[in-house]
Amino acid sequence: MREQDPAVRARNFEEVACGYHPDDAMRESERCLFCPDQPCVSGCPVGINIPGFIRKINEKDIRGAYDILTETSLLPAICGRVCPQENQCEGVCTVGQTLEAVAIGRLERFVGDTAIREGWANIPYIEPNHFKVGIVGSGPAGMACAADMAKAGCDVTVYEAFHQAGGVLKYGIPDFRLPNPVIDAEINNLRKLGVKFECNTLVGRLFTLEQMISEMGYDAVFVGVGAGYPTMLGIPGDSLNGVLSANELLTRCNLMRAKEFPNFDTPQPIGKRVAVVGAGNTAMDAMRVSLRLGAEKVYCIYRRSHKEAPARAEEIHHAEEEGVEFHWLTNPVSILDDGNGNVMGMRCVRMELGEPDASGRRRPVPVPGSEFDFECDLIVYAIGTNANPIMGQTCKLRLNKWGYIDTDENLATSMAGVFAGGDIVTGAATVIEAMGAGRRAAASMKAYLGIRDTNRPYRTAGDTLFGIDTSERNFARIRA
Amino acid sequence: MSNFEIVKREDFSDVTYLLEVRHPLMAKAAKPGQFVIVMLNEHGERVPLTIADFDREKGTVTLVVQAVGKTTRQMQQQCKVGTSLYGLVGPMGIPTPDSHAKKVVCVGGGLGVAPVYPQARALKESGAYVIGVIGFRTKDLVFWEDKFRAICDELIICSDDGSVGLHGRVTAGIEQAIKKHPDIDEVVAIGPPIMMKSCAETTRPYKIKTMVSLNPIMVDGTGMCGGCRVKIGDQVKFACVDGPDFDGHLVDFDDLMTRLRRYTKEERMALDHWEKGCRMQKSIDNAVDAAKTK
Ligand SMILES: Cc1cc2nc3c(=O)[nH]c(=O)nc-3n(C[C@H](O)[C@H](O)[C@H](O)COP(=O)(O)OP(=O)(O)OC[C@H]3O[C@@H](n4cnc5c(N)ncnc54)[C@H](O)[C@@H]3O)c2cc1C
Ligand SMILES: Cc1cc2nc3c(=O)[nH]c(=O)nc-3n(C[C@H](O)[C@H](O)[C@H](O)COP(=O)(O)OP(=O)(O)OC[C@H]3O[C@@H](n4cnc5c(N)ncnc54)[C@H](O)[C@@H]3O)c2cc1C
Ligand code: SF4
Ligand code: SF4
Ligand code: FES
Repeated sequence: MREQDPAVRARNFEEVACGYHPDDAMRESERCLFCPDQPCVSGCPVGINIPGFIRKINEKDIRGAYDILTETSLLPAICGRVCPQENQCEGVCTVGQTLEAVAIGRLERFVGDTAIREGWANIPYIEPNHFKVGIVGSGPAGMACAADMAKAGCDVTVYEAFHQAGGVLKYGIPDFRLPNPVIDAEINNLRKLGVKFECNTLVGRLFTLEQMISEMGYDAVFVGVGAGYPTMLGIPGDSLNGVLSANELLTRCNLMRAKEFPNFDTPQPIGKRVAVVGAGNTAMDAMRVSLRLGAEKVYCIYRRSHKEAPARAEEIHHAEEEGVEFHWLTNPVSILDDGNGNVMGMRCVRMELGEPDASGRRRPVPVPGSEFDFECDLIVYAIGTNANPIMGQTCKLRLNKWGYIDTDENLATSMAGVFAGGDIVTGAATVIEAMGAGRRAAASMKAYLGIRDTNRPYRTAGDTLFGIDTSERNFARIRA
Repeated sequence: MSNFEIVKREDFSDVTYLLEVRHPLMAKAAKPGQFVIVMLNEHGERVPLTIADFDREKGTVTLVVQAVGKTTRQMQQQCKVGTSLYGLVGPMGIPTPDSHAKKVVCVGGGLGVAPVYPQARALKESGAYVIGVIGFRTKDLVFWEDKFRAICDELIICSDDGSVGLHGRVTAGIEQAIKKHPDIDEVVAIGPPIMMKSCAETTRPYKIKTMVSLNPIMVDGTGMCGGCRVKIGDQVKFACVDGPDFDGHLVDFDDLMTRLRRYTKEERMALDHWEKGCRMQKSIDNAVDAAKTK
């Protein structure tokens, strides 16, 4: 796939990967072996019929490919761009055993982009029912659940705390990886299904989950509020001016459009020498955004080695090409003050890998006497996030000991009628997993409401009430 | 899309103004100590403002704003009755917990006068003896004296220049109240960080519990950016979700004040940029007017 030249793109916010030309897509589709055992399908968290849609591309039937994709995936143009394919579908592709794996993600994106350009949307005939469903949070989990419930005929409203919908897709992942028009197109498709979006709504504080069920007439609620509470390192100098979380940097830049300051009012902290701590997707985004904002030097500080870095391979590769300097096996010890409360530099220590820890990765241990200082004026923490406390503060949902929402295998929470999924249940994960969770929760929600779901086998024997299958009991609603 | 209509506006002085905004759900949910985040328009910044009052029947919330920089000045210019805000989200933050204090001093310095009002009212409603201490630079800046008189058992007005009430800062008012009432069991102080710091220092020797409401720079207000982090004792807290009320004797005010200076340069730039635009618009308007009259 064609990409913008690293030297040029490192200074602009245009998309890095330019996408396939139809001929490229055709050529790539020919590399698929259409394996009967379809290993790629089991590698995809939502089980997209991969050979099926690739065959349609091969037959020049892009609309057909789109129809197959949208049977399972709500957001092909998005997942095709941001999925960590090398660990998922492409990681187990048969062709990949000997040659480069079939570029499933890129093909998926090609189909998704074509659909956006052509204005395709698969809006089924919807038979309205009388159920009202509330969705809290408009990230991929919330969007996926909203779509399925709307298709089932429910009256669906999505509540979002920010002034724009999209969750991490909007505020976190930068434009050069996932342009805003792509997200907006997918959100518009939801609007076409009849989903209503209410932004500027902080659920828990404006009204509680309990009120949604007991006063506002919601028959079921899905909670997909993500896990965005940033972790700080807790080393001396943490609160100096010039130290911030990747979430703050990215939210200012992406959602608040601080990169266009002063035409937009929100200021952006600009560093000449920026040190980003961490090596996940969020860290890569923070580094690449810093370059585009005009940093002369961007360093990646990570306490393990390249092999353990959690970011997508493609993102690390892109960051390297654009000139990010990687310092593997390096851990920050303290942040140096210029005397006026600003960052002047960072003190680090070299690390080496010891015995494997609980996560199976070799534990980094400091090398004694290897401390060194270097100069920088902006430090960005991208070392993970935790559950946001607002839900826990305001409702009686049972949480686990880390503050994430506790659910059963059907994603039902401790509160009747309330389901949850995405990062707020699993901890930070991926877009496609959040989307999959949204869909799974929707399936449970339909079973709870007694809506017939053709994708779901129904129990027949035993589970009856007055001789009627309880899974079809939507003639009456019984609530505690 | 958004419809947060301004139904009332009052100007207390050339820098302080009140906006009453329609938001029935929020009026129902709001509790003392909470705040909102406002966006004036699509290009705007997210500005946190304390809920200074709410009227559940009318379905409105009241904000009192001091024009200090670009956004608050632009709001002063553009927020007229009948116009609408682009974004208004809240109520945010943990409401002030029910206090069992029997005798309290509620201190508002300058702009802090407005946000301390709902707390004072709630304390009065819970049966406490409330002593109000409100401070202004000068007589002309005094506002809400009547509202405070209605809910306070005693009211001490302080002015920096002595043009009204007690000559001196609010700390002098606190000293006076403590001298008169040795049984004061809580002080609530809201205002600029430097004022809250001195209030906390004033009460420290007396060991009177002192609650303050912190106002660090915020972005989202939902605990997602960490920009609002403050040092409380040996802990780091996010003011938007863990506060904004904290024990004033534990707050590291110097850290707060340093962190508030983070964007001084950019704030200046934004203001200059905007004022230049305003001046240009004005000269265009003048030219158009001149052409019309000719
Ligand atoms: C910078 C960054 C880069 C990433 N890159 C990738 C990538 O390349 N590939 C990948 O697969 N994954 C990536 N991820 C991870 C992925 O984005 C997340 O796993 C996914 O977005 C989680 O979806 P979600 O729906 O659970 O939550 P979110 O996307 O976090 O959405 C939750 C939404 O709920 C809203 N909300 C929160 N509380 C409330 C409330 N009380 N009331 C109303 N609304 C509320 C929030 O404002 C937010 O909009 C990245 C994450 C980040 C931060
Ligand atoms: C919880 C909370 C409640 C608040 N309540 C009120 C209120 O009721 N009325 C009111 O007038 N103001 C209140 N503030 C402060 C208000 O948010 C700022 O004055 C406003 O953001 C300034 O925006 P600006 O663009 O006009 O000025 P800027 O150009 O951004 O800044 C001008 C000056 O204000 C300071 N400042 C900038 N942003 C903030 C901020 N987020 N918080 C505090 N100071 C800031 C700067 O250090 C600078 O000195 C509150 C702040 C918080 C966090
Ligand atoms: S959704 Fe992601 S994992 Fe599944 S096929 Fe598409 S790119 Fe692969
Ligand atoms: S594993 Fe690879 S080659 Fe086989 S069907 Fe899937 S994409 Fe095609
Ligand atoms: S304002 Fe972002 S975490 Fe508090």
